[in-house]
Amino acid sequence: MPLVKNGAVVPDPFTVVEAEGPLPEGAVTVPLARLLAEGADLAGRNSPLGVAVPNTADVRELAPHLPHLSLVVLDFPKFRDGRAYSQARLLRERLGFTGELRARGNVLRDQVLFMVRCGFDAFEIEKADDIPAFAKALATYSIFYQPTGDGRPTVASLRAGHA
Amino acid sequence: MYVYDEFDRAFLGERVDDFRDQVTRRLSGELNEEEFKPLRLMNGVYLQLHAYMLRVCIPYGTLASNQLRALASVARRYDKGYGHFTTRQNIQFNWIKLSELPDAMAELAAVGIHGIQTSGNCIRNTTTDPWAGATPEEIEDPRLYAEVIRQWSTNHPEFTFLPRKFKIAITAAKHDRAAIRVHDIGLRLHRRGDETGFEVIVGGGLGRTPFVGKTIRDFLPKEDLLSYLEAILRVYNSGGRRDNIYKARIKIQVHEVGTEEFSRRVDEEWAQIREGALRLDEAAFDAIRDRFVNPAFEALDDAPAALAEALKNPDFARWHANSVGPHKVPGHAIVTISLKPVGKPPGDATADQMDGVADLADTFAYGEIRVAHEQNLTLPHVRQKDLPELWRRLDALGLATPNVGLISDIIACPGLDYCSLANTRSIPLAQRLTERFADPERIADIGRMHINISGCINACGHHHVGHIGILGVEKKEQEFYQVTLGGKGNLKTRLGELIGPAVSEEEVVDVIERIVDTYLDLRESPKETFIAAVQRLGLDPFKERAYAAR
Amino acid sequence: MTSPLQQKLKITGPTAVTANRLADGVVVWLTAAHGWSTHIGEAAVATTSEAALALLNAAHADENHAVGAYAARVAVEDGRASPANLRERIRVDGPTIAFDAAA
Ligand code: HEM
Ligand code: SF4
Repeated sequence: MPLVKNGAVVPDPFTVVEAEGPLPEGAVTVPLARLLAEGADLAGRNSPLGVAVPNTADVRELAPHLPHLSLVVLDFPKFRDGRAYSQARLLRERLGFTGELRARGNVLRDQVLFMVRCGFDAFEIEKADDIPAFAKALATYSIFYQPTGDGRPTVASLRAGHA
Repeated sequence: MYVYDEFDRAFLGERVDDFRDQVTRRLSGELNEEEFKPLRLMNGVYLQLHAYMLRVCIPYGTLASNQLRALASVARRYDKGYGHFTTRQNIQFNWIKLSELPDAMAELAAVGIHGIQTSGNCIRNTTTDPWAGATPEEIEDPRLYAEVIRQWSTNHPEFTFLPRKFKIAITAAKHDRAAIRVHDIGLRLHRRGDETGFEVIVGGGLGRTPFVGKTIRDFLPKEDLLSYLEAILRVYNSGGRRDNIYKARIKIQVHEVGTEEFSRRVDEEWAQIREGALRLDEAAFDAIRDRFVNPAFEALDDAPAALAEALKNPDFARWHANSVGPHKVPGHAIVTISLKPVGKPPGDATADQMDGVADLADTFAYGEIRVAHEQNLTLPHVRQKDLPELWRRLDALGLATPNVGLISDIIACPGLDYCSLANTRSIPLAQRLTERFADPERIADIGRMHINISGCINACGHHHVGHIGILGVEKKEQEFYQVTLGGKGNLKTRLGELIGPAVSEEEVVDVIERIVDTYLDLRESPKETFIAAVQRLGLDPFKERAYAAR
Repeated sequence: MTSPLQQKLKITGPTAVTANRLADGVVVWLTAAHGWSTHIGEAAVATTSEAALALLNAAHADENHAVGAYAARVAVEDGRASPANLRERIRVDGPTIAFDAAA
């Protein structure tokens, strides 16, 4: 799955590790359960740490671990399953997570703008065709009605500016 | 009514372009059907039995005459010359081609209307009282808040892939014409001291598991409207069931976790965002309120002489008594236009009728039209002195049937004539019922009566809350109908009770007539309405007679 | 990614496969050559569950021409299919609502 950040395909430094077994050298993503169980030990490693969070989890459980996390991966098992949008906003806007927030799974271009607005900044894109269209997808709309943590000006703020 | 500004118009343009691109990618095969379906639904495009259907939103039921003309034009150019007004303040076009949809949408966008979020698992168009801004019984015009909600919910990045569809309704009048207790969220605007706020009701809904909504907050200050809605939606998006489409509505979540626990979760979330960016101040309300253009009402007196003279004509008097309601401004009236002429499909209007009504609105009603939940149109602001001429011209369009609120003012879903989910037809049954109950004197004598028909358990025709509810079921590929009595859709919402086994398509009209005759025989006086009689007498006498002939 | 192929189908009589044409939604029927016809009489009719399943899977594999495919029981006269129930009759003949009433 190509990883896209800032509109470009970039190498993925993170190795996915399973619930058990030894950790390889370098950057890893562990499943949420492992992070919760072994948090202190994992934090002590000297390489970037990521966590893969199922979309049924309450991300508030991540709060104590966030300072040690470089990456949180949220899951879209189906693009129609929108739970990770709420998780993303909570991580960014409530818990103040500033590391990489990555969308994994059924990630399609018609949804990336919603994802960006909710705080995602990295995407494991499912269809290669979608990559060149990525920038275009983000530019589809210039008008946004609701405030999210992405800082885009809302219609209300623009109206106030015009007044 | 709310007039779109440059931002709203720019957004609509971007949305049409976005959809055009998606249609192109679908037609080229780049998007598969599974990927495309939610995208088309979010723009109001369904696939029915014969063709694609486009559902266009009539925001909180208010239309300007030029918008109604644009709907007429779409009916003519892209459809078969008619449209179907629904119970959700929408209009549906039944014969649209996917390849032509972007052009039809662009035409509508040019006058500020669209099908955005009229379908799909997102926050649907907010519905409200069709008499908003005209009725003397409201404390404030609820459309301001409906528009605030429209803007917040439009393309909401977090809530576009909810477990299931999500419908919000709002009312500000004592008499609930928006059925707020059978919506995912119902909002009732009321006053406490000098403050205006909302009673918030969640988890109502019809469909296969009907629930009457539960109040989770008696008084929500209006500044907190959006933060509170966002809290509810977040609790639902995170915790609503996604394992079973029939259990995915918020009503099931509220039912399963309990009203108390649900409201605790909402409050917990709300506490975190209440003071945040969603808080509304007067300036925010004003910015939207300023975009509402309200008619410059003339200073007129009630009951002008011309009206008194015209009332000597019994036909006009009958229509006046039936279809004209009081207005908050002296010398004015609210006129309901029945889309239920005898023998015609309930809620359908031809392109010519739409153009005709648009002209009448311009001549007599400050250019404004409303769409009511009962699948009728309303001219909300008519000068009383113009009523006689308006009536003559409506009659010429075939739109002066004096049956508003009466037995032939039937709500019916599209049913098997159009809908791919249907068990049975609804519209032909409605047509037969209106023919059986065609005599204006007889129906006036029967009095207030709502018959609601759904062609399957999804309950789009609101059969549960009909005084008489009719639900189509299939038995061995034959059409049968279950009959319920005693449902009500107002603030005291009640679900109807089944009277017994389903009856066949041939029998059903006779059964309904026997139920009505039972009422006429047993009522205490003509003042006792059908629904009151059912409540007093219970089902038994009706059951007995209904099945007597079998 | 198209719809996953269906594994099982049990038919109770002669069966054809029908769908709506992608570009305009018009009702179409799968022919023996695995093309689509707007005439039910040109539909391929299966009389065994295996044959019906094969038709259905052929239809699902062709989602870029027709969508919402399903197996419908049909009546057969002189080797040609015709609607066997009200739903298919309405799909073939249009709504049962009198159109002069609507117009
Ligand atoms: C032919 C196209 C239509 C389709 C495919 C359709 C589909 C559905 C489905 C599946 C439900 C059940 C949802 C649930 O319980 O979760 C439903 C409910 C509903 N529909 Fe429709 N519908 C159609 C037309 C209409 C029309 C024409 C109206 C208005 C007259 C309407 C208004 C409603 C309402 C008010 C409900 C029930 C209230 C609720 O959401 O709980 N629908 N529809
Ligand atoms: S109630 Fe059933 S038949 Fe009627 S429109 Fe809704 S889904 Fe179709």
